[in-house]
Amino acid sequence: MSDGNGLITMQLMGKSYQVPSGLTIMAAIEYAGYKLVRGAGCRGGFCGACPTLYRRDGSHRIFTALACQTLVEDGMCLVQMPFVPLLTRPYDLQAIVPQPNTLLQHFPEIAGCVACNTCARSCPQGLPVMDYIQAALRGDIERAAMLSFDCIACGICSSRCPADIKHYAVGLLARRIYGKYLAPPAPDLARRVAEIAAGRYDAELDALISLPAAELRARYEQRSFEAVADGAEPYSATRRYNSPMDPVDYQDELAG
Amino acid sequence: MELIDGYPPAMRASIALVEQTRPARLGHSFPALSLEARKALLTSCHPDYKAGARRPLRFGPSQGMQVNHELADLFEARPLVRTSLDLSHIDADVDLLVIGGGGAGTVAAIWAVKAGLDPSQVLIATKLRHGDSNSTMAQGGIQAADRPQDSPTQHFLDVVGGGHFTNRPELVRALVRDAPLIIQWHEQLGVMYDKEPDGHFVENPGGGTSRNRMHSARDYTGLEIMRVLRDEARSLGIPVVEFSPAIELLSDGEGRVTGAVLINLETRRYHIVRARATIITTGGLGRLHMQQYPTTNHYGATGDGLVLAYRVGAELVDLDAVQYHPTGAAFPAQMAGLLITEKVRGLGAQPLNALGEQFVFPLEPRDVEAAAFIRECGERGLGVATPHGICGVWLDAPMVDLIHGPGTIRAALPAMFRMYTRFGIDMTRDPILVFPTLHYQNGGVAADEHGATSVPGLYVAGEVMGGIHGKNRLMGNSLLDFNVFGRRAGMAAAAYARAHPPGRLSLAHVAAYEQLLDAAGIATTRTAPRILPDYRGKEALERYLDIPL
Repeated sequence: MSDGNGLITMQLMGKSYQVPSGLTIMAAIEYAGYKLVRGAGCRGGFCGACPTLYRRDGSHRIFTALACQTLVEDGMCLVQMPFVPLLTRPYDLQAIVPQPNTLLQHFPEIAGCVACNTCARSCPQGLPVMDYIQAALRGDIERAAMLSFDCIACGICSSRCPADIKHYAVGLLARRIYGKYLAPPAPDLARRVAEIAAGRYDAELDALISLPAAELRARYEQRSFEAVADGAEPYSATRRYNSPMDPVDYQDELAG
Repeated sequence: MELIDGYPPAMRASIALVEQTRPARLGHSFPALSLEARKALLTSCHPDYKAGARRPLRFGPSQGMQVNHELADLFEARPLVRTSLDLSHIDADVDLLVIGGGGAGTVAAIWAVKAGLDPSQVLIATKLRHGDSNSTMAQGGIQAADRPQDSPTQHFLDVVGGGHFTNRPELVRALVRDAPLIIQWHEQLGVMYDKEPDGHFVENPGGGTSRNRMHSARDYTGLEIMRVLRDEARSLGIPVVEFSPAIELLSDGEGRVTGAVLINLETRRYHIVRARATIITTGGLGRLHMQQYPTTNHYGATGDGLVLAYRVGAELVDLDAVQYHPTGAAFPAQMAGLLITEKVRGLGAQPLNALGEQFVFPLEPRDVEAAAFIRECGERGLGVATPHGICGVWLDAPMVDLIHGPGTIRAALPAMFRMYTRFGIDMTRDPILVFPTLHYQNGGVAADEHGATSVPGLYVAGEVMGGIHGKNRLMGNSLLDFNVFGRRAGMAAAAYARAHPPGRLSLAHVAAYEQLLDAAGIATTRTAPRILPDYRGKEALERYLDIPL
């Protein structure tokens, strides 16, 4: 209970601790005296090391969160779940021929999806997890790749799935297949790699290395700049940012 | 405290000024500084130049180098194992030991296998989980000069200028020359870079770059690269032992590294690894919290590799310079120090003071930009105060959508948008508050362009390696660095391992190091490596009893 001094009570693995309000769950666990070994990684929402399950008063539900990205609440009853076992059959991406059933072949369990949407409801990134599993099942590799892109592989979805699907592994393979086989190849890249292999820049680089310091500084100060100020926009919202959402949706949303 | 859409009323007043000046600022950036002006700003305001913050190393191959006290403490510390430790039972006997399972270590292991080592004869040992690293947290992008209007030469100039001409040029040459090749390798592995419908990469500018060459994967660039590399290493069957950091290297007593002592963090059992070649890829040191700065770094970034390498006699370089990323989150308190990617500025957001005025070119090299922020909050007194006591400057995030169209922030910066949303702030509508945060170890263990250190059998790659970036790294060159030098070190170490039989195992170098400590008159009970920082609450620690269970 809140005691008026800004302290709240959380239950960590069944024990009550008084901690200051306003801390993240991770900071509250440490405040209580725990030195984390598992259950902490990047501490910034990118690594998926700190999945946490909790209940709160007045709800029958189990809630899920990343401990480093969620504020502790009075009355929270929580436990960290630092690991979800994962075994996948190794694959050689270079030998895969992408077919509509490729993901199903590698992960037959996706056929068992009962469309309960528990995976999406438990995703701390707010991803439409079930939708990308359904896309994978239909053989829509591109959609599975795009919808799963922001996955940090915390594994909460897989721990809650009644069909024992390894969602984050499915998404990863979908993205790798998309990146290698389905995304259009970069036209300039191969040319530049070939130039470098042929030694096209070796003399220029060696010349720079042997320049006296003052001349190198002068070369640096005389660099031409690719003009952003010239009105040339090197980037725009209509370009593709591996976005899980159709940009058109944004327009509608904003207009509404 | 009452908050209005995430901000207290006092900060709202300053936001009103930001909104007032916004129309006039669009399309008009504060001019960039000359080299002389940069230098003056750095010496007056950058933490590296703060009086009393550093002391010279008192012994060893890099004696005299000025380093922050927090780092000097690490070198002036006792080992975690006694030199009498029983080394007679070898738990793993491998061709190549890779210490550190982040980006550099994973790339090195993959390329050692591509260079001919049997995957089962490679071992990655890592402190936390495979992939728990600063690599995963890198958001903004990776540089590679692959467009026709760009060249490796232009990239070279940007790198050495950003590093204030202190970089080791042969390392920079390797970095810029290999960059397009790395991107091509990533494409073959299925890394999903942002692309145009015709296949051209979306390439942005970064601080200190003269061409747009930042390749990104939304703002999860490091995560995307790391998870693909980890998957590839797993598919190749390369063994990884997690929660098992190295706490000391082993040597043959004649100067060659021959393996390492690992410790299982959960059972505290030690493991002896004998290896023909060893690569240190332990990353950086943000969790030492130099000068009490918060950090963007992951939980295990405590500079272990520097200590291990120095004890076995490796030379260090450029550790006098530490990178403070200009845009660490300053509000809300729960986000303090977390990285706000430079891509936000790359997409057009301007830094502003409390009056809503520009005071610096948005894309100076990082140390210059950070120094300007510190000056604005310090001597100029024009920072924005927060309820939790720290001060910051605005980053006018809504400009991104104004310049590039609605939806850009949510599409190109989803991690940033998501993080701020979690804490009640909508960065598409409101500016965000930032202040410099400890970000990167510019220097490190000295090595040649194949990652070979001055110690036979010992290689380094990634953030732990020094010399590439000189005194200041540019955005997008660390993801590049760990790929370029991870690959090179992996191949070079594989060749070394094939040419050299396993060596004798001893801790003689550690005994010698302790003698150096004593000879320098350093009496301490401090130990290193540090392994993990300690964030336990003071109240809990005051009543802590260290009893046997």
